[in-house]
Amino acid sequence: MHHKTLTELAQGLKAGDFSSRELTTHLFERIERFDGDINSFITVTRDQALTAADAADAARAKGDSRPLAGLPLAIKDIFCTQGVRTSCGSKMLDNFEAPYNATVVEKLEAAGMISLGKTNMDEFAMGSSNETSYYGAVKNPWDRSAIPGGSSGGSAAAVAAGLAPAAMGTDTGGSIRQPAAFCGITGLKPTYGRVSRYGMIAFASSLDQGGPMARSAEDCAHLLGAMAGHDLRDSTSVSRVVPDYVAELDTPLAGLKIGLPKEYFGDGLDSDVESAIQEAIRVYESLGATVCEVSLPHTHLAVPAYYVIAPAEASSNLSRYDGVRFGHRCDNPADLEDLYKRTRAEGFGDEVKRRILIGTHTLSEGFFDAYYRKAQQVRRLIRQDFLDAFDQVDVLMGPAAPTPAFDLGAKKDPVSMYLQDIYTIAVNLAGIPGISVPAGFAGKRPVGLQILGKHFAEGQLLNVAHQFQQATDWHRRHPADQETT
Amino acid sequence: MAIEHADVLRAAHLARLGLKDDAEAHGYVDDLTHILEMVDRLQAVDTEGVAPLSHPLDATQRLRPDEVTESNQRETFQACAPATTEGLYLVPRVVE
Repeated sequence: MHHKTLTELAQGLKAGDFSSRELTTHLFERIERFDGDINSFITVTRDQALTAADAADAARAKGDSRPLAGLPLAIKDIFCTQGVRTSCGSKMLDNFEAPYNATVVEKLEAAGMISLGKTNMDEFAMGSSNETSYYGAVKNPWDRSAIPGGSSGGSAAAVAAGLAPAAMGTDTGGSIRQPAAFCGITGLKPTYGRVSRYGMIAFASSLDQGGPMARSAEDCAHLLGAMAGHDLRDSTSVSRVVPDYVAELDTPLAGLKIGLPKEYFGDGLDSDVESAIQEAIRVYESLGATVCEVSLPHTHLAVPAYYVIAPAEASSNLSRYDGVRFGHRCDNPADLEDLYKRTRAEGFGDEVKRRILIGTHTLSEGFFDAYYRKAQQVRRLIRQDFLDAFDQVDVLMGPAAPTPAFDLGAKKDPVSMYLQDIYTIAVNLAGIPGISVPAGFAGKRPVGLQILGKHFAEGQLLNVAHQFQQATDWHRRHPADQETT
Repeated sequence: MAIEHADVLRAAHLARLGLKDDAEAHGYVDDLTHILEMVDRLQAVDTEGVAPLSHPLDATQRLRPDEVTESNQRETFQACAPATTEGLYLVPRVVE
């Protein structure tokens, strides 16, 4: 039951093979047995989940046939959940119970879904390995000596390990797609503005976007349909009809034009990863797609531009943690300045402090034009690269990351960690959607194929990913269970 | 552009971020130096005449009708505050 997709679980519920309570109980037993080692959850909400499961079972008995009703999922601990600790992976919010629900949480609950709990993540989503979490690193279920990716590392690991059939993630520079790739699951970052950010703890507001992580593109289509849409409480959410993503899944791919950005196949790309991606491209050719090389000439500037823009926005967003209204507060402050400085020194971890300092520095008098304005100009050039490429092709494909998951503790130097995100970061700067789908292995560690589309082309991306999953079974592989020792 | 010890101290003060000691500040000078060296690749690009992009869809802020939509939930929102009294947030004395 724990390796089934949401779609299969929905059929099982409908056929009466098992109840929502049985399914939910089974997953909590697995979390109990296996998550001590993996560490993918920060908080589990067993009582609430079982109450919701009973309600879902009762509703189903009365004819509730909504596709997601009674199905469990895990929620990244960046989404506010009313009355449940919402830590964002930080000591700063270790004691924070959100007074309201994120819009996405409300929408998934309204669709009948059941939250199992809150998943581990890099602190304030700042990281690519899940190692910056206040709650400790997460292990990759495929290889316990490897990181699961980040920042949505707990969400990806929980799905891969069969602890949850799906999870919510967020993606500011690759935080859905890279952990999805490293854990062998499917993860979609929607177009900026497609999904409401209300109640999603802010990191870099012009880049952050929530999205689904699951076992198949089909499941992601169901989840995105439930999550997406305009929200009066997020002024950057887009007022645009949410299409029927499930209906688009079966469109044949004959005639699809695929572009391979030559910059995504250059130096630094692991040869096993490259082989897996090339093999996936051949699958697409066999499905009737045509392939050509394209260029995204400003790719090498994406990481530098991102490390100006994201920390600048973060330094502003994180100024709210002042020890006054919520979260951590230092003991016995001498005066107001001491309250702020010590609260923040105690509450934030190293990587968060680093980014606050970078952002504050680059925004400060005398440096703004050279850094922030310049980075925003380069951001436009990067977006234009994609718009030009999409004049020639329908979608772009390449690896989600240059290597498979690296070893826990392997990357001590911040810049080498940042450069891991070379293939994912430009997508957030441009605001376009991207999906990572399982496409093989490099040794024991999974490889993700990244597919990129035009703004609001989520339906096409899900269709293209789903057709691949009809022709391959990489997404059906799962790691062996390993008892907590 | 190099970053110096004084720049880190200034940024830490502006961000109201306490640093334990000089050794911690030195650590950030090293880290930030490496990060800014990587960022300095931007300086090589000619961006003359390129408009800065602050929103990926070039959208501008929408306005909603000026109507009251939220009710007062002071108790709910103060329930998660570290220190309050009579509906007020408590901070160290600012005015003597």
